[in-house]
Amino acid sequence: MAQIDFNEPRERTEALRRMMLIREFEDAVGDRFADGEIPGFVHLSQGQEGVAVGAVGALTEDDYVTSTHRAHGHSLAKGLDPDRLLAELYGKETGYCDGKGGSMHVASLEVGMLGAQPIVGASVPLGTGAAITAQYTDADWMSLTFLGDGAVAEGQVHEAFNLAATWELPVVFVIENNLYSEGMPFDDQHNIEDLADMAASYGVPGETVDGQDVETVNAAVSQARERALDGEGPTLVEAKTYRYRGHFEGDQEPYRTAEEVDEWRTERDPIDNYVDELLETGVLTEDDVADLERSVESELADAVEFARESETASKDVAFDDVFVEPAPEIAAHRERVARREPNWSVY
Amino acid sequence: MSRTQSTNENGTETMSVREAIREGLREEMQADEMVMLYGQDEESGESFEVTDGLYEEFGQRRVRNTPISEAAQVGGAVGAAATGLRPVVEVSFSDFIGVCFDQLMNQAGKTRYMFGGESRVPVVMRATEGGGKSAAAQHSGTVHTLVAHLPGLKVVAPGTPAASKGLIKASIRSDDPVMFFENKTIYNERGPVPTDESYTVPLGEASVERVGEDVTVVATQRLLGEALSVADGLAGEASVEVIDPRTIYPLDTETILESVEKTGALVIADESPMSYGFHAEVMARVVEDGFFTLDAPPQRVGVPDTPIPFAPDLEGEVLPDAPDVERAVKRVL
Repeated sequence: MAQIDFNEPRERTEALRRMMLIREFEDAVGDRFADGEIPGFVHLSQGQEGVAVGAVGALTEDDYVTSTHRAHGHSLAKGLDPDRLLAELYGKETGYCDGKGGSMHVASLEVGMLGAQPIVGASVPLGTGAAITAQYTDADWMSLTFLGDGAVAEGQVHEAFNLAATWELPVVFVIENNLYSEGMPFDDQHNIEDLADMAASYGVPGETVDGQDVETVNAAVSQARERALDGEGPTLVEAKTYRYRGHFEGDQEPYRTAEEVDEWRTERDPIDNYVDELLETGVLTEDDVADLERSVESELADAVEFARESETASKDVAFDDVFVEPAPEIAAHRERVARREPNWSVY
Repeated sequence: MSRTQSTNENGTETMSVREAIREGLREEMQADEMVMLYGQDEESGESFEVTDGLYEEFGQRRVRNTPISEAAQVGGAVGAAATGLRPVVEVSFSDFIGVCFDQLMNQAGKTRYMFGGESRVPVVMRATEGGGKSAAAQHSGTVHTLVAHLPGLKVVAPGTPAASKGLIKASIRSDDPVMFFENKTIYNERGPVPTDESYTVPLGEASVERVGEDVTVVATQRLLGEALSVADGLAGEASVEVIDPRTIYPLDTETILESVEKTGALVIADESPMSYGFHAEVMARVVEDGFFTLDAPPQRVGVPDTPIPFAPDLEGEVLPDAPDVERAVKRVL
């Protein structure tokens, strides 16, 4: 999707619409997962829409994004089609990855989505690698890498920060600090209050922002993007945010109270607060907001129908795309496994 | 796939394995602007001097030093490859892949598949293998089996200068991730290498280095030379066919099966630990598809599942060499 210019009222509405779309998408995923329609594991990001839309709204279609296990919001913000994204979660042939990726591995290079990466921290070297290409080809695009507060404890993240800093690569690292690394509270995982402070140890700028305010996130990432494209290297942006759902769907959440979650939902919701702001500033009317809500509800109803009615991926694709130039082993092993009679019966 | 001789007497130049790899790198960098090299001390070519002189020739944009950070090197190469570069990253000693194993196993190997064919990952990862230099356990390992076991990675381990040049060029041109293993003890071994810039060795094509009738020896890297010397020593007594598989995955099963069909006997010589390894894979394929062509139980020559020790006497005890190959050959004759 295109960059959002928050100085333009119509584009502020677009930012709200994208956040609503992500919320609606994930509500649908949560419900359909509970119904048993969606297999596997899903990790939802309700509450973090302001970070996804604010950060990705600073990018053009040519910029690359790498993401985490909690990637639906980033993917939709980058411009992935909700129909095909949901179909991938259903394991259908119309999904983005032929049903081989699922919720945790969605990628679409045509819109610059370089992939969700559920190995915590793994997306950071990859996003740094995209920035190597950008620098090498003197490109007018850059790379944005999302990581969570948990990933900051992983070794490969620091290797990538250091490589990006010493090579002055055009990459922006956006840490979504949602206060829990799986079930472990932030304070128990880290000995500092603001993860952006770590930027100092790499000699790059770092900034901690309110992740519940889409415009604040956007301003920080836009500035970081300018630096990156000016050849001034990486920036570390920490967005403080909160996830309403558990680490994964089905998580009993023994690590926090329902009151804490309710407080964030009622006081600090990025969508509700932005609706209030756009109403107060006269950008939208109550009717406009109701229209937007109806529109994304209808879009998601269509997506669910599309995903349900799509064909399950053909079993043959299970053996495709391991390599570009195939290895004969795969076909030979398939044949061997498929044989009904013992190999020696021919003798 | 067909049997090919790895050298061609027309248009060849005698060079070492080290020079052959360097020449392959140089030719591919000249041919394709998107090929870049990076690694630790890459600019000085300090690591066994394979890349020596390339920094002077191509400059810092294309030959770059990285901080010591193998995970970021390999992961960065995957990200760069997925977005259009053709990086060749050096991991120095293959034992070090432990610290970048996630990026190797989960990113380089799986990215294309799990994204449904969305991306290509044309990355080459170079690493040295092998004992014999008193470098002790963490600088002497042979891990190509470990990597070949991971779906989505191609694995190369040449035994001659000609194969080294042809395969590094094919690896760089490949759109798939390739782990390119160089045995450090044969860097100085010399042989004829085609000078034609179009010369490559396809991934997955073995070479019959010596034709024989009585026993097939599949030998990799340093042990290829050992096996050839055994074949020479046994001349008149036994006729030994020696095959360099050159690529560990994919593996040219056809050439090996054809050879065993002719000789009826098989020895596999490879410096990997012997359990669950390359030896077992070759043996399994021959047993699965050519069991009744065997006249004797196949034998393996390798490291008896130990790390490589430091002291030269101990190292010599653990590492397989020509007498081990000869004993194995005599057992199956």
